[in-house]
Amino acid sequence: MRLSLPARLGVRTVALAYLAVLVALPVGMVLQRALAPGLATFWASVTTPAAIAAFNLTLTLLAIVVPLNVILGTVTALVLVRGGSFRGKALLQAFLDLPFAVSPVVIGVALIALWGAGGWFGGLADAGVRVIFATPGMALATAFVTLPFVVREVEPVLREVGDEQEQAAATLGATGWQTFWRITLPSIRWGLTYGTLLTVARGLGEYGAVLLVSSNLPGVSQTLTLLVHARYHDVANTYGAYTAATVLMGLSLATLVATALLNRTRRHP
Amino acid sequence: MITVTGATKRFGDFLALDDVSLEIPAGSLTALLGPSGSGKSTLLRAMAGLENLDGGSVVIDGVDVTHVPPRRRGIGFVFQHYAAFKHMTVRDNVAFGLTIRKRPRAAIRARVDELLELVGLAGLAERYPDELSGGQRQRMALARALAVEPSVLLLDEPFGALDATVRAELRAWLRRLHDEVHVTTVLVTHDQAEALEVADRVAVIHQGRVQQVDEPLAVYDRPANAFVMGFMGSVARVGDSLVRPHRIALRRPGGAAGVATPPHGDGVVTVPATVERVARLGSETLVELVDEAGQRFVARLPRDEAEALGLARGDSVEASAPRDPATADFIDYSI
Repeated sequence: MRLSLPARLGVRTVALAYLAVLVALPVGMVLQRALAPGLATFWASVTTPAAIAAFNLTLTLLAIVVPLNVILGTVTALVLVRGGSFRGKALLQAFLDLPFAVSPVVIGVALIALWGAGGWFGGLADAGVRVIFATPGMALATAFVTLPFVVREVEPVLREVGDEQEQAAATLGATGWQTFWRITLPSIRWGLTYGTLLTVARGLGEYGAVLLVSSNLPGVSQTLTLLVHARYHDVANTYGAYTAATVLMGLSLATLVATALLNRTRRHP
Repeated sequence: MITVTGATKRFGDFLALDDVSLEIPAGSLTALLGPSGSGKSTLLRAMAGLENLDGGSVVIDGVDVTHVPPRRRGIGFVFQHYAAFKHMTVRDNVAFGLTIRKRPRAAIRARVDELLELVGLAGLAERYPDELSGGQRQRMALARALAVEPSVLLLDEPFGALDATVRAELRAWLRRLHDEVHVTTVLVTHDQAEALEVADRVAVIHQGRVQQVDEPLAVYDRPANAFVMGFMGSVARVGDSLVRPHRIALRRPGGAAGVATPPHGDGVVTVPATVERVARLGSETLVELVDEAGQRFVARLPRDEAEALGLARGDSVEASAPRDPATADFIDYSI
């Protein structure tokens, strides 16, 4: 379809204004507010003990959740695509999308119901293993909300690649394990990478589910998202909220840039 | 040598292999020939261990491998769609089996170079499969299968995804390769011309059963049943004789004697017929005829003969064919 010049300019303006108002302006505003008082002030605000602890906790959660979801997500995708048909496969497919469909708050509540006092696994707390209101609970919450990414990125790739290369490897003498490392894994590596980056991006930003299962103590159990909210809301440190948000954005931006770079360097599928 | 005994395989309600027994002699190039869904690929995959049999056994070189996984059967397998390892160079593809077997690097390199030379890919070792043509990919797949020095080479419609010219080229090349390498080879194909050209034995498979195993021309000339007769090539019914179209001789009524003399058979059948259509295919000419009873048949003449006759639509001719005892039993066969 060819648009006339005025129509083209008009459509372009609408699209740009839409992006500007919804994305660029708010993000730019936060950046401006965070950096306006000078880099020294900004640095001081993001290196308070609470901020460093929040930064570390966020990274710790990712360090737990990303490997967990990458490994188990790949296994799940293999079961779905290569596992033949089995009872409950449709149910498994449906459950996999649940974390997308359900509000993170519900997930937080559900975790408390299961792991908290009075829940099925609540006894663990009496035995000295704290899950809810501690790091394990927050890791569980983050893992839950990011669970579908790896599976859903790897699954279609596995399907598309097919199993002929794996069969060929088997006829050439490879064991199942050798076939996985040398054939299957390299052929799904892009799907796996995207799934991982999406997991990181989503894990960084999770707020609702983590809020419910965290004790939300500054310097102890606050992630970056919780810190932003607490600074803004609880201690009326609006500037601190801007700077913490900027750090969070910086991490997300790094993830985005990594994705874009991978996109440019990828060659053989 | 491969010996399959009583092989049976079901996919749900579908009986893919129905008590198949077949012997593949050592050093031969045997074609498993049949229409799609006949069970020929399933039989090949059962030999490779890529398909588990519901019953029966597979013995390779005296060893019962029925319950042995593919990787320990000593086979090479080539897939219709190449199954190239897309993330590896041609060199790494061909080296795969040797790398798995942890051969010394230098030995692998030498062996791969030798194989790439053999399959005519010597200059392309550092390319990736997606930088090769289909024919080159399939030759790479063959080199990869041959690298591990398999005792049998199994080819599953290896030329099926290639265009006609490349296919013809690769067929001739495979035949030469087999004459050089002499590895026991089984080739699955649905193309009877391919089977006749390449194989030194043909097993015709239909409805999960072996219909006939014989030398290529014998399957063509002396089919064991009506299915084999029809599948191996077109058949013409001249009066009460069933013959291959190239054995029909045509002449103008009252003209000179029949052009071709039938090589064998007990007597000759001659019927008057009318030319319906003449199709010139280059080296030969197809003449579509209809006899007085309304029975249609096709004669296949060498181009020079056809041009000497100068046939056109509506011409009257006399068609002669030998009464062939080999196919006389299938006279009720509907063409």
